[in-house]
Amino acid sequence: MSGVRVLVGTRKGAFVLTSDGKREKWDVSGPHFAGWEIYHVKGSPADPNRLYASQSSGWFGQIIQRSSDGGKTWEQPGTKPGEPTTTPEGMPMGESNKFVYDTSPETGKPLTTHQFYDGKPHPWEFKRVWHLEPSLTDPDTAYAGIEDAAIFRTTDGAQTWHELAGLRGHGTGPRWQPGAGGMCLHTILLDPSNPNRIFVAISAAGAFRSDDAGETWKPINRGLKSEYIPEPTAEVGHCVHRIAMHPSRPNVLFMQKHWDVLRSDDGGEMWHEISGNLPSDFGFVVDIHAHEPETIYVVPIKSDSEHYPPDGKLRVYRSRTGGDEWEALTKGLPQSDCYVNVLRDAMAVDTLDSCGIYFGTTGGQVYASADGGDSWAPIVRDLPPVLSLEVQTLR
Amino acid sequence: MITVVLPAHLRTLAGIEGDAELEVEGKVTQSAILDALEARYPMLRGTIRDHVTLERRAFIRFFACEEDLSHESPDAPLPEDVASGKEPFFVIGAIAGG
Repeated sequence: MSGVRVLVGTRKGAFVLTSDGKREKWDVSGPHFAGWEIYHVKGSPADPNRLYASQSSGWFGQIIQRSSDGGKTWEQPGTKPGEPTTTPEGMPMGESNKFVYDTSPETGKPLTTHQFYDGKPHPWEFKRVWHLEPSLTDPDTAYAGIEDAAIFRTTDGAQTWHELAGLRGHGTGPRWQPGAGGMCLHTILLDPSNPNRIFVAISAAGAFRSDDAGETWKPINRGLKSEYIPEPTAEVGHCVHRIAMHPSRPNVLFMQKHWDVLRSDDGGEMWHEISGNLPSDFGFVVDIHAHEPETIYVVPIKSDSEHYPPDGKLRVYRSRTGGDEWEALTKGLPQSDCYVNVLRDAMAVDTLDSCGIYFGTTGGQVYASADGGDSWAPIVRDLPPVLSLEVQTLR
Repeated sequence: MITVVLPAHLRTLAGIEGDAELEVEGKVTQSAILDALEARYPMLRGTIRDHVTLERRAFIRFFACEEDLSHESPDAPLPEDVASGKEPFFVIGAIAGG
């Protein structure tokens, strides 16, 4: 019996939505971690019952939670009741919420500042984990994208985290600057055909690629044009909102930038715009049909200051041609007086035969389509603002 | 025995109901209490003070004996009533409304 589990992070807790393969009736569990901001929850492809969650608060900082039973129960890794609180050597345990930038002379280099909003140098300060990306093959390995932008990795099930400092240290780091939402590393894509290849994206620095499992990195922003920065075709400084990759074709990437929807056919070496007939090419999400690598989805948003759909109509746009030619998907979505946003990590797809598409809104609705986007219905409509959404297909 | 009153979210994280009761060896200071608290409940590391610098988080304050001790030296002795367990040490989060 197949089924679907939707992992929803909101401003005030996490919710787990489950259904069978028909995706008609849903069970809603939550709020988990009530009252906390849940920036992201994601399951391990290698063990679907292993979930990781980023729990944070302005008061109490960052917490990492882990589940080994598909979200029924949670624990802070390394701090189970009854476990020793120190190692035999006396070192403290419970380090799962410790994200400390690498400052070692060997690997951290003198990584001291990035640019602040006013262009002045500003020290890196850890704020929160935006995105958790579990390894494709090992349930105990996962990557974390953080604010201020950096990538961390755990290999012990999130008990400890270590920075892959080559990203901040490759040379352009001092020129990165925050977008309005903060200087966050929000996208991590692992190439299923090449375990050494990792893509990340940062607002507002751009996209980066590693071909040696995260040790060294290079910017991959050629072809991006951002009129809102002093040098529109600069090597870095672009506000990339989201990148998507289809596992069958990892060299093809789709990007929703601050403005512009783009595509690369060579692993990010060069990008070209595919915004075509979209009513607005501003937006946050972009995703790909599970079985049709040229079928892609975006949710156009009116502008960089008007974070709601054009004309008050919530429309998902689908291209079956890999971009440029888009059709509005409206059936079941509000077509008047709708002024919600869909944030960058809040769309995902399942891999059932008839591909399901899901997205969450800042109005607290989670919409699902069980027919590739032709029709939509809300699973829930009154959650706190949705920050992220992931889908697990259970078989 | 020293009593530490925690915000509700931190009690949830630590898995305790009511207040935290701690033995503190030596001079009773903010640092000594927080060291003991974090040793007993390591899941609270980083939630009250920074992992590395040990500076108090911005939206956290410390009170005892009706005094705001947030800006006192972390190594200054706390009032005798706290050290003796007569009065609790409060960890308080900023009020949020709107």
